[in-house]
Amino acid sequence: MSPLAALLIRDMRIAVRVGGGALMGVLFFLVVVTLVPFAVGPDLALLKRIGPAILWLAALLASLLALDRLFAADHEDGSLDLILMSHAPLELVVAVKGVAHWLTTGLPLILAAPLSGLFLNLDAPAEAALVLTLLVGTPALTFIGLIGAAIAVALRRGGLLLAVIVLPLTVPVLIFGVAAANAAVVGPVPFGTPFTVLCALTLASLVVGPFAAAAALRQEME
Amino acid sequence: MALADFANPSRFLTFANRAIPWLGGVTLIAFAFGLNQAMVAPDDYQQGATVKIMFLHVPSAWLGMLGWGVMTIAALGTLVWRHPLADVAAKAAAPIGAAFTFLCLVTGSLWGRPEWGTYWVWDARLTSELVLFLLYLGVIALWRTVEDPSRAARAAAILTLVGAIDLPIIKFSVDWWNTLHQGTSVFRLGGSTIYPTILIPLFIMAVAFTLLFVTLHVAAMRNEILRRRVRTLRLMQASAAS
Repeated sequence: MSPLAALLIRDMRIAVRVGGGALMGVLFFLVVVTLVPFAVGPDLALLKRIGPAILWLAALLASLLALDRLFAADHEDGSLDLILMSHAPLELVVAVKGVAHWLTTGLPLILAAPLSGLFLNLDAPAEAALVLTLLVGTPALTFIGLIGAAIAVALRRGGLLLAVIVLPLTVPVLIFGVAAANAAVVGPVPFGTPFTVLCALTLASLVVGPFAAAAALRQEME
Repeated sequence: MALADFANPSRFLTFANRAIPWLGGVTLIAFAFGLNQAMVAPDDYQQGATVKIMFLHVPSAWLGMLGWGVMTIAALGTLVWRHPLADVAAKAAAPIGAAFTFLCLVTGSLWGRPEWGTYWVWDARLTSELVLFLLYLGVIALWRTVEDPSRAARAAAILTLVGAIDLPIIKFSVDWWNTLHQGTSVFRLGGSTIYPTILIPLFIMAVAFTLLFVTLHVAAMRNEILRRRVRTLRLMQASAAS
């Protein structure tokens, strides 16, 4: 087995075992979605209108949850040093860890999104558009978050700092994710316009994220 | 004097001590002239005297962006050339850039009250300026979290570069999102839409603000070098005592 495949399987095993954060993200997502009607009132028409925005915001916050442990846990038990010394390129290693993180926190959240959408009175086309935008957009959130996770790897208050430095950078993803989800239901622009920009943002973050995170890890571990 | 000469902090300190009074003096003269020109500039036919807020608002917006530009160049200096002064320049620029961005938000808010009828709207330019302010605060928070200055410098440098890539994207996506603020009016194809009697004082004020930025930046760099020396002396004292 290649080192990268081994790393992917290892990270996913750690995430689903006791002490891993795999289902925490999706649980947090459901709790946030449940709290919103208590705050804004159970008006179904209003919930239908702001539903995509709520689900996107909840997904954004949930994807941050397990990120601060992504490199920090490996740093604490010493496996990060072994990973850095391996022959596999660090950029690919970081990308594989990002993919493992997305498969264990992003994907369950997308699977739970139709159920949450039902709570928020979304109809079938809106749900389909929402799931599609989350499927395309959440990898961008993970890969932008990788940069923050790498910068905050050895810090004592890494989790707090991570949120503060990563969230402003995710503004474009949030804008176009919500815009595409809304465009599918109410318009006025066609679904394709914001959706293609969202795809572009994800592709760009797939490139920038691993390079910046690998650079940060190299600098931190010197 | 070449940039490499400043790699020696003592040489920079000598330069800074000599330059700061001159820079401060020139800044004062530029502000005196610029503010005078701004005061004698005619009022807007529609906005009256409130248009004078522009002479503070627009230059501070420019300087808020220039601050991130300075930090980006310094970040390259830190990561690529390992220039010792680049760390200091990046750290010193962050609070100054944040302050100018804050000034831009406050003056814009005060200008918005009489003209738009509200202190704050979720308009494209206001929002992207607010995000820029948050990014500045994030960088400052990072500087304050890492204890070792050179490690903090490298972490902040990477965040600064990522921010430099993301800032135009944020700007463009926010523009697409919602807008009330006027479009580009000073630098645009087909010439400026602002009348010269207001445009010329605006440029003088921009020069004055830039000089203020440079003065504050050099002074803040000097303070940071001195602060690092104090830190090193304290560490030496502590290790000698034990």
